[in-house]
Amino acid sequence: MISTIIFTIIFLASSLFFVKNAKKVRRNILLGKDISIKDNKGERIKTMVLVALGQKKMFNRPIPAILHLFLYVAFVITQIELIEIIVDGISGNHRSFRPTLGSFYTFIVSLIEILSVLAFIGTIAFLARRNLLKIPRLVKSELNGWPKLDANLILIAEIILICFIFMMNGADEVLYSRGFSHATDLNDGSFNFSISKHLGPMIYGGMPTEGLHVIERIGWWGHLLMVFGFLNYLPISKHLHVLLAFPNTYFSNLKPIGSFTNLFEVTDVVKPNFDPAYQPVLDPNAAIKFGVKDVTDLTWKNLLDAYSCTECGRCTSVCPQNMTGKTLSPRKIMMDTRDRLVEVGKNIDANKGTFVDDGKSLLGDYIASEEIWACNTCNACVQECPINIDPLAIIVGMRQQLVLEQSSAPTELNGMFSNLENNGAPWQFSPADRANWINEN
Amino acid sequence: MSDTVIHVPTMQEKIAKGETPDILFWVGCSGSFDDRAKKITKAIVKILNHVGANFAVLGVEESCTGDPAKRSGNEFLFQMQAMQNITILNGYDVKKIVTGCPHCFNTIKNEYPELGGKYEVIHHTELVQQLINEGKLKVQGGEFKGKKIVFHDPCYLGRANHVYEAPREVIQKLDAELVEMKRNKANGLCCGAGGAQMFKEAEKGTKEVNVERAEEALSHNPDIIAVGCPFCNTMMTDGVKHFNKEAQTKVLDVAELIANANDL
Repeated sequence: MISTIIFTIIFLASSLFFVKNAKKVRRNILLGKDISIKDNKGERIKTMVLVALGQKKMFNRPIPAILHLFLYVAFVITQIELIEIIVDGISGNHRSFRPTLGSFYTFIVSLIEILSVLAFIGTIAFLARRNLLKIPRLVKSELNGWPKLDANLILIAEIILICFIFMMNGADEVLYSRGFSHATDLNDGSFNFSISKHLGPMIYGGMPTEGLHVIERIGWWGHLLMVFGFLNYLPISKHLHVLLAFPNTYFSNLKPIGSFTNLFEVTDVVKPNFDPAYQPVLDPNAAIKFGVKDVTDLTWKNLLDAYSCTECGRCTSVCPQNMTGKTLSPRKIMMDTRDRLVEVGKNIDANKGTFVDDGKSLLGDYIASEEIWACNTCNACVQECPINIDPLAIIVGMRQQLVLEQSSAPTELNGMFSNLENNGAPWQFSPADRANWINEN
Repeated sequence: MSDTVIHVPTMQEKIAKGETPDILFWVGCSGSFDDRAKKITKAIVKILNHVGANFAVLGVEESCTGDPAKRSGNEFLFQMQAMQNITILNGYDVKKIVTGCPHCFNTIKNEYPELGGKYEVIHHTELVQQLINEGKLKVQGGEFKGKKIVFHDPCYLGRANHVYEAPREVIQKLDAELVEMKRNKANGLCCGAGGAQMFKEAEKGTKEVNVERAEEALSHNPDIIAVGCPFCNTMMTDGVKHFNKEAQTKVLDVAELIANANDL
């Protein structure tokens, strides 16, 4: 009875706390400029199913893809068991579904156990890749501090969770065979779960029944607390990608990636020069800001990108500028964007719902113009991202800010601009000579 | 390869004669002004003349598409250039454009339509592929028979617009050995010129991007590094020089391979 009350309180509290934090993430994302992405629903669902659910782009690198698949499938399937844990927790029963589901129940739990073993292997391998093998993209400087700890914490938590699952099922298996499990006795002598029917007797076979009851409960409560803890850890972690990968791929850019957005604020001003019949739409007296200085100049999709980023660094590992030692790192662009957005969100929370200028901005305080000017706009980062994040959109937005608002392009680029303006070519050639090649030998 | 006088009609001349060209050849700034790139331009013209294509160029009426301005954040300058070009192209009622440069190709194909410029745009490697497939252009290996050729994907042709096969199919017609670099097609590595880097010094680092890419291409000991972009051409040529390999390895555009092989 007491445990039912405690369970219900923990369950409700963690759910409410999660909803509160999820709303905050949503509020922060919607601080971005509004854009409408309502086209091609069928194509969008297909992209989401292939890229997020089907992990299509992960398989460009098979080893991490398979290891990640173990964790991913184990994570998804284990949620089925969670339904029973919640039902048991509220009702005070034990293994509520077993009598009705019968052999299907055995199948599902057996599958969860096999996947848990695979996830255990995957987790150990991931820890090794980060901390022993030091895979280059996993030890870059932008991961120093919290990002590195975040990644390791979740892997360690995964191992503990798997241990809890086998404590729970293993101890219960021995109890069941002795006739002391709280599960309904179906007179079959064993749960017959694929792993714990062997592992249980092997580890716990010699322990007294009272001790087993304690271990089984530790496993059960531990499993539960880990899951509720994970849920509430998500909003402050890169592991938010387990949820946001889905909307983020749904709202993917479906145009050819070489096609950059034409700024309508500019079209509206330029067009009358060429089309006298064109009537400008925007108020000429309204102050228009060009480009991206802070997170609120980005679109909500850019901000969703930032919250979805799992800091895997595939983008940075293929960036031509990063691999040749420049400071530009597409992953850092995404991480900085999220960090700044969180900072702006906290500012709003601390000031009763309005942002109070803190004298800081994403461009300048987080991202240096040196990073922005190094980009080749080659789209390798965009192509590589397993969940279709677009760091290039942010970079180009910042270039627009630097050129159109701050007039601080590198000198050579200003030279190129004036050549283009005066000669119609990026070099200092006369436009009258443009067709000279025809008669040259 | 004969460097005799070639015939290149301009749009203005064609219209004055009452003719309507089927296709506009968009030369681009590099192809118009850069000495090395002009050779690529001529190779494309020779192919067009060889098949008797009804084409024209804009000549002095052509102006930069605005690509380098757009990639470096100068949206005003880009749209000024774009709308100026669109006014001229629409004035001539242009329907189909072939470009000599993937940057022009991408910009006209993807960014002009919203600004009022809607055309069928192809890259010159796609044109060559079409001419071969239609039987209008016969290709023999000629001097390239049995040569080892690596193809470097231009970012704005490949990754940005998914044109991977056209240049490869064309190269394979030369009876040459087409070798793939590890980083190819969607995973191709930039030559280092894109994003207006062509026009500025690189930021501080440990290596130049074109050296990184040329190193990868040269690791296959190719006779030729084939490219489809005048900027890639410059960067790869410089990269080959960096390794003092210009005697062994030539950097040539796909159009030059075809024109040279057919002795046009």
